[in-house]
Amino acid sequence: MVEFLLNTVKPHFNFWVYVILMMIGLWSLIAKNNLIKKMMGLAIFQSAIILFYVSLGVKDGATIPVLDYHGEHADHNAAAKDEPAMTLPTSSAGNPADAYANPVPHVLMLTAIVVGVATLGVALALCEMIFKEFDTLEEDELLRKIKALHDDA
Amino acid sequence: MNPKLYASIAVIITGLVLLYGISDFPTFGDPRSPANSGVEGGAPSTSLYYINESYGATKVPNLVTSVLADYRGYDTMFETVVVFAAGMAIFAILRCFGRDDEAVITAPTKSSIDGDHNRIIVGTTCRLAVPVVQIFALYVVAHGHHSPGGGFQGGVMLGASFILIALAGNLNDALGRFSERSYMTLASLGIIIYAGFGVLPQVLGKNFLDFGVLEKFFLTDGPEMARSHSMLGVEIGVALTVMSIMFAIFANLSSRGTLKGGL
Repeated sequence: MVEFLLNTVKPHFNFWVYVILMMIGLWSLIAKNNLIKKMMGLAIFQSAIILFYVSLGVKDGATIPVLDYHGEHADHNAAAKDEPAMTLPTSSAGNPADAYANPVPHVLMLTAIVVGVATLGVALALCEMIFKEFDTLEEDELLRKIKALHDDA
Repeated sequence: MNPKLYASIAVIITGLVLLYGISDFPTFGDPRSPANSGVEGGAPSTSLYYINESYGATKVPNLVTSVLADYRGYDTMFETVVVFAAGMAIFAILRCFGRDDEAVITAPTKSSIDGDHNRIIVGTTCRLAVPVVQIFALYVVAHGHHSPGGGFQGGVMLGASFILIALAGNLNDALGRFSERSYMTLASLGIIIYAGFGVLPQVLGKNFLDFGVLEKFFLTDGPEMARSHSMLGVEIGVALTVMSIMFAIFANLSSRGTLKGGL
């Protein structure tokens, strides 16, 4: 058991956490009856994916992807001159790009979070209207009421 | 049988498949992983290009801002449009006019921010906190080039400051300061600012969102600084849209579309 934890779980502990989080979200999407709880599951699912992406960009010993800024006239400063290395480094040890975390996952997730909030708002608005119409957010009751409506018509 | 049992079986199988898949993944924090430095024997990762070249091309130290607003300008523009469209969808779904009898919560007569003595602690704290929140949000928008920040983050904080007014007082207090007409106008204006920064280079004969050609307008030396300044303009557009739509979502959801009373 300890061996399994050390050899299999420990090198990928972050991915294990995200898979477990994602499965919690998926489970509540399938098993829960209440629409609000389903949306909570969707939000947990989304958080797992966001954490997954951000963790892909992590480098050991790297700082945030903001370059050291040497004031207004960085170009005239000899020390700052070689700050942005002008050659594309190959995958060898000790290249200057290792000092900064990968910016691309941050960019992708930055917009995903805000869009996630906006789409969650749309989902809540739809739930609001469903509740106004049917007085319930339980899925089985909704199905029964919609079926009764069809049978009447 | 119990549907929860079936759900558990499906979820456990999916989880095991995913856990099998991650066994080949790079370890946490590995700078040599494919995402961080490219596949072995293949091309280097795009992120290396951004880290090494984007400061020289845009003069923006915050790599996230320069990738977000310049390299991935189309993506960010349409993300902003998605936020705008979500706000419009909520408006179309929830907003109801002229049926005051359906308003479940009636508007209180007293405003707790403007001197209701029953809620003086909450009202005063909110009145003191909101300007600080807003100034910090403006700093986050304006300083997004040199420190963590940018239009999305600052816009959400600006929207949150108005939501704080609505939570501490009532919705009418917040709507008195940021009316429906204002937030609809500002949400559209944000998109127009962003698209305008895209169309302007087209008028000058370059591609959509090719900011380098705007150096004539900004009176700067070289296309790099023009890109930097255009990014600030683009971020302001994003911040306006996000701020307005965040508040519109809250206002419509908390009052069931009547914009009266609310929480």
